[in-house]
Amino acid sequence: MIMKKLWKMAPVATLLVGMMAAPLTQAEDVVKIGVAGPHTGAYAAFGEQLWKGAEAAANDINEAGGIDGKKIELVKADDACEPKQAVSVANRLVDNDKVVAVVGHFCSSSTMPASEIYDEANIIDITPASTNPQVTERGLKTIMRTCGRDDQQGNVAGDYIVNQLKAKKVAVIHDKDTYGQGLADATKARMNELGLEEVLYEGLTRGEKDFNALVTKIKSVDADVVYFGGLHSEAGPLVRQLREQGSKATFISGDGIVSEDFVVAAGGGEFVDGVLSTFGRDPRTIPEGKAVVDKFKAAGYEPEGYTLYSYAAMQAIADAIKGSGSTDGDKLTAWLESNGADTVMGKKEWDEKGDLKVSDYVMYRWDKDGKYTMIEE
Amino acid sequence: MAGHAGILINSKSILLQKTFRCSTMESHILGQQLVNGLALGSIYGLIAVGYTMVYGIIGMINFAHGDIYMVAAYITAICIAVLSFFGINTVAIVLLITLAVTIFIIALYGWSIERVAYKPLRNSTRLAPLISAIGVSLILQNYVQVSQGARTQAVPTMIQGAFRFGSETDFFQITYIQTLLVVVSFLSMGILTWIIQKTSLGRQCRAVQQDRKMASLLGINTDRIISTVFIMGSSMAAVAGVLVTLNYGSFDFYIGFVTGIKAFTAAVLGGIGSLPGAMLGGIILGMSESLFSGLVNTDYKDVFAFSLLVLVLIFRPSGLLGKPAVEKV
Repeated sequence: MIMKKLWKMAPVATLLVGMMAAPLTQAEDVVKIGVAGPHTGAYAAFGEQLWKGAEAAANDINEAGGIDGKKIELVKADDACEPKQAVSVANRLVDNDKVVAVVGHFCSSSTMPASEIYDEANIIDITPASTNPQVTERGLKTIMRTCGRDDQQGNVAGDYIVNQLKAKKVAVIHDKDTYGQGLADATKARMNELGLEEVLYEGLTRGEKDFNALVTKIKSVDADVVYFGGLHSEAGPLVRQLREQGSKATFISGDGIVSEDFVVAAGGGEFVDGVLSTFGRDPRTIPEGKAVVDKFKAAGYEPEGYTLYSYAAMQAIADAIKGSGSTDGDKLTAWLESNGADTVMGKKEWDEKGDLKVSDYVMYRWDKDGKYTMIEE
Repeated sequence: MAGHAGILINSKSILLQKTFRCSTMESHILGQQLVNGLALGSIYGLIAVGYTMVYGIIGMINFAHGDIYMVAAYITAICIAVLSFFGINTVAIVLLITLAVTIFIIALYGWSIERVAYKPLRNSTRLAPLISAIGVSLILQNYVQVSQGARTQAVPTMIQGAFRFGSETDFFQITYIQTLLVVVSFLSMGILTWIIQKTSLGRQCRAVQQDRKMASLLGINTDRIISTVFIMGSSMAAVAGVLVTLNYGSFDFYIGFVTGIKAFTAAVLGGIGSLPGAMLGGIILGMSESLFSGLVNTDYKDVFAFSLLVLVLIFRPSGLLGKPAVEKV
C-alpha cells in the first residue's frame, strides 16, 4: 500500500528535483543582470528607454561572445517609479533572481532606497538616469551612474536663465518629488548666486492634469521665465495650460521631460514650440556610438533620452566583470573607478563616489514638430 | 495635541496674511481663478453624479466609476481617430458621433460590470460589493494598461479659442471647451434630477431606494431598475470622459484614480445620494482648490481641500445637501 503511494508520487518528486536542478545548472553559464525601472505606470516611456538600451547592449555583448564565454541574462524588474515598490523589487532581484549586477533604477526616489539593498548585498548598481546629488552622496560603495548630477544640471540652467535669457522674473515650479524638487532647488540656488531671486516657488501634485490655478498665479506675477523641475507627464499639461491662458513666458525644464511623450502629454507640437531643456550632450551625436545608433534605427527604434546611457551602463558592468574577474560589487566599482570604461558614449571615467568625472549638460530647444535640438553656443 | 494646535494657528495666520495680500490682487486674476475653479469643479461634479446615483439607489460605493471614466477617454481617442480616418473632421459632427458611441459602449461596460461583479453579491454583506468594486477598478486599470500600453496618449486639439473679458493685457478667459463642460455638467445634472423626481422610472428608482423588497412586491422589476441606474451613471462618466479628454488633450490609464477620488470626495461633501449635492460638492471642491492655490500656496491645496471635507463632515455628517439616514423599521 505504502509502496503503491510512493510509486505514484515518484513522477512528482522527479519533477520537483528537476525544477530545482534546472536553475542550478543554468546559473553556471549565464550572468544574471537586473534591469530595474518604471516599466509600467505613468513613466513607462522612460522604463522603455532603459530596457531597450540594456537589452541591445546585452545582445551585442552576447553576440561578441558574452562575458568570458558566459551569456548575459536580463531580469526585468518594475518599480513603477514608486519607492516602496522599488524596495520590494530590489529585494526580489537580490534574493530570488540572484543577479550579480543591476542597471537602474530610473527615478531618484526609487534608486535611493533600492541602492541601499544592493549595497548590503554587495551588488553593483549603475543608474543610467538618477541625477539627484544624494544618490552618490550617502557613502554607499556599490552605486554608480552614467548620467550627470542635478547640481551640475541646475548650474547650466541657472546660468542660461540669467546670462542668455536675461530673465527678470522667474517662477520656479517643481513636482514635490526627490528628483523634481532637487533639480528645481539646484537651479534656484544657481540663480540666487548670480543675484536673481525667483518671484514664485511652488510645488504641484504628480498625477494631476489641471494646473490652471497655478498657471493663473504664474501669470499674475508676470513671470517671463518658468522653470519646471519634474517629469514630462506634468510638464506637458502645464506648458499647454500656460499657452492656453495666453502666457508667453519661456518654459525651461531638465532631463525629466526628454521623451517624445512630453509632446504627447502637451497634446501637440504647437504647445512645446520654444521649450528649453537641459540634457547631456546628445549621445546620438557622439562618434563612438554611431554603429549602435544605426542599429537601433534599423530596428525601427529611436534611441532617445536615456537609451544610450542604459546601454553604456551595461557595457561598463560587462567590462568590469571581465577586467576584475569578480562579481563582488565593491571590487567592480573599484575597478571601474581606476580603469574607466569604453562605452557607446565614449570613454567614461568615474570618481570615488561613483559620479562621472566629466558631465556635459547643454541646452536643447524644442520646435513645433516636437523635436529637440542642441543649441550651439 | 498641543503641537497640532500650534500648526493650525500657524497656518491660520499665514492664511490671514495672504488673504490680506489678495485684497490688493487685481480683479482679472481673481476672475480667472474663479473660472478655473468652476471648470475644475464641473469636471468633479460630472463624475460625482455617477457615484451619488449608484449610492442613492443601492447604497453602494462604486469605486470602479473613476476607471469607467478612464475607459471612456480611450474610447474617445479611438473614435476620433477612426472618424478622421474616414475623413470626417467637422467639429460638431465628430463631437456628436464620439459622444453617442462613447455613451453607448460605456453604458454597456456599466451594465455588464453590474451584472458580473455586483449583482451576485447583492444579498451578501455590505462589504462584499465594495471589495468587488475595488477589484473591478484594478482589473480595468490593468487591462487598459496591458492592451493599450502604459504611455500617455493624446487627442488632437479640436476646439480652440476662448471668451475673453477685460482689456488686451489684463483679461480673464473661459475657453470654449470649458464653457461646454460647465454647461453640459449643469444640464445633465438637471436632466437626471428631472428623471428621478418627475418620471415613472424615477418614481420606481425612489421606491427601490426606500425599500427594495416592498418595491418588488409591488411589481417593480428591481434588477432592471438597478441596471438602468448603472447605465445612467456610466453614461455620465462617458460624457465626462469625452469632454475632459478634449479639455486636457492627453490621458493615460491612471487618470481614473486621482479624478475618481476627487469626484468621490465631492459627492460626499455635497451629500452622497443627492444629485444637486454632487454638483455643489464638485464646485466647492474645485473652487477651494483653485482659490487656495491661487491666493495662498499650491503645495498645500489638497491639504486644504480635504481639511474642508473633514470640517464639513464634522458639522454635517451626511454632507451639505444629504438627508440624514432614516432608521428603517
